[in-house]
Amino acid sequence: MPTDTVPSSTSPDSPEIIEPKLMFTATEQSRKKQLTENIARCIFFVMTLLMILPLVLIVVYLFVKAAPILSPEFFFMNPEKGMRAGGIWAPLLGTIYIVIISLLVSAPVGVLAAVYLNEYARESWFTRIINLAVVNLAGVPSIVHALFGVGAFVYFARMGRSVLAASLTLAIMTLPVIIASTKEALGAVPMAFREACWNTGATRWQTIRGIVLPNSISGILTGVILQVSRAAGETAPIMFTGAVFFKAISEGDVLAYGLFDRFMALSMHLYQLSTQVPGVPDALEYGTAIVLLGTVLMVNALAIVLRVYLRSRKRW
Amino acid sequence: MKTIANVFHQLERWLEPVIEGIIRLCGISAIIFVFGIFFFVFREGMGFFFGGLDIVEFLTSPDWYPTSLNNKRYGVLALIAGTFSVTALAMVIAVPFGLGAAIFVSEFCGPKLKETLKIVIELLAAIPSVVWGFIGLTVMNALIIELFTVPIGLTMLNGGIILALMSVPIIVSIGEDALKAVPDSYREAAEALGATRWQVIYRVLLPTAKNGLLAAVLLGVGRAVGETMAVLMTTGHAVKIPTSPFDSVRTLTATIAAELGEAAVGSDHYRVLFIIGVLLFSITFIVNFVTDLVIKGIREKA
Repeated sequence: MPTDTVPSSTSPDSPEIIEPKLMFTATEQSRKKQLTENIARCIFFVMTLLMILPLVLIVVYLFVKAAPILSPEFFFMNPEKGMRAGGIWAPLLGTIYIVIISLLVSAPVGVLAAVYLNEYARESWFTRIINLAVVNLAGVPSIVHALFGVGAFVYFARMGRSVLAASLTLAIMTLPVIIASTKEALGAVPMAFREACWNTGATRWQTIRGIVLPNSISGILTGVILQVSRAAGETAPIMFTGAVFFKAISEGDVLAYGLFDRFMALSMHLYQLSTQVPGVPDALEYGTAIVLLGTVLMVNALAIVLRVYLRSRKRW
Repeated sequence: MKTIANVFHQLERWLEPVIEGIIRLCGISAIIFVFGIFFFVFREGMGFFFGGLDIVEFLTSPDWYPTSLNNKRYGVLALIAGTFSVTALAMVIAVPFGLGAAIFVSEFCGPKLKETLKIVIELLAAIPSVVWGFIGLTVMNALIIELFTVPIGLTMLNGGIILALMSVPIIVSIGEDALKAVPDSYREAAEALGATRWQVIYRVLLPTAKNGLLAAVLLGVGRAVGETMAVLMTTGHAVKIPTSPFDSVRTLTATIAAELGEAAVGSDHYRVLFIIGVLLFSITFIVNFVTDLVIKGIREKA
């Protein structure tokens, strides 16, 4: 459009009278720049969209496919007829068991490890090695954790394939999650809080127990919740350390598994249904998948809500 | 009441060294576990590693016949090729999308949208691998058969796409951190010179945040190499060196997951699976170590 360019029609006789709006009109070059910017923005936006779309599509698709079977009975019945009918009671309870037991181990160890790293350790090569170990522990493939569980817990510690062996394997696997988020929470407590406490004559541990932990409990809790979601979804680490294809337990009995029993788990159940058993009704597979995914996403959402809420009322 | 509290206080004073000891022990637990993992996995595989396994053949032969009756061969070259081809394909898809999304989240959108997107990314990262595998097995499988008119959809392509979707969230969140770490004064200086936002990104941000973005990609690679369930369910089960994305492949992780249940405890087959575990552990250890060095490099320069 010719009206957009710097007009050559300005009278040469009166150069001092330049209308203000003309000073800022776009030149050819700046319009090109603007175009590139808009194209870039669009491309990046589409890329972001393509990344988000799967989440929405997956949830909706699984939900639609699973809709016919989702009822209270589905949750409270054992799998029946060679896994081709019934519900998910045994695997659901198994997952709850291993999540709770692994949490009982990894939460205290992880929180104390973070306390050590944040409150006791000085900047040194040793601390760096610990941090490197934490990063590495987080990066070890899940199947290697499974091998470790088999070697260390199932055979060496003679636990056999059991709830306990699987839970311990999961606990070690999810430890870095808790260490990382707790460290962040502890680091957010201002140094002045600690100094004030030390000045009253409190020891290091008294300061930690009385000041640091209470002030960072929300952040620690977020990490714990994330550990739960991670532990609930894992399959490989429990496959060879205790989860089995089928185990009948009494329906509705929440104490049905013992520490040294083999167990069923939701993630393992989904794997078995979709790859090992021919002729499973679609709704059963999708139902298991949506319960697993729904649990994990809801637990995560809880962590996010908690974080946003606590950040909004932070006082320092 | 007061005396009880006092006694409790005294007890705590007295116990403090014990408590500190426990804290220190937990502090070094990560080191203990990393060594423990290496020790116990290697311990199970040791018997075959020192007695009978031909290391050269193990690493260079594509013949993986661990259950053959008269001629057992343990070559993992095809499995290594499987792992790296799927990972490479996943990265080809995930890196541009991941970095693109990281740039969009960090530079192009307002604070409200940014918060929302970050939450979605976090949720995306939380989807369990077995659910991804299930998606690959059902949706993606049918889609690939339909779109490319191929007989099977459980191929390298399927595994690559699923792995890409799984590693994108990591690349985005670490990449976004890297871009955020670039001081605002850099952006302001460039904008003062009349640069558009795209020019700022291309000429200033990308070169400055180079190392952080590299770390993001490396972490994505680490996740893709170590992923088990999703590739087990989506890549088919052909042990061969792939020649096209429509070939079925088998990865190192999937092999362990598929065969550990069947191998007799203590047999050569059982032990060789643990040696593959040591190999995987070493690969991810190196990737993580390099990533750590890259990140440390950034911190020292800043």
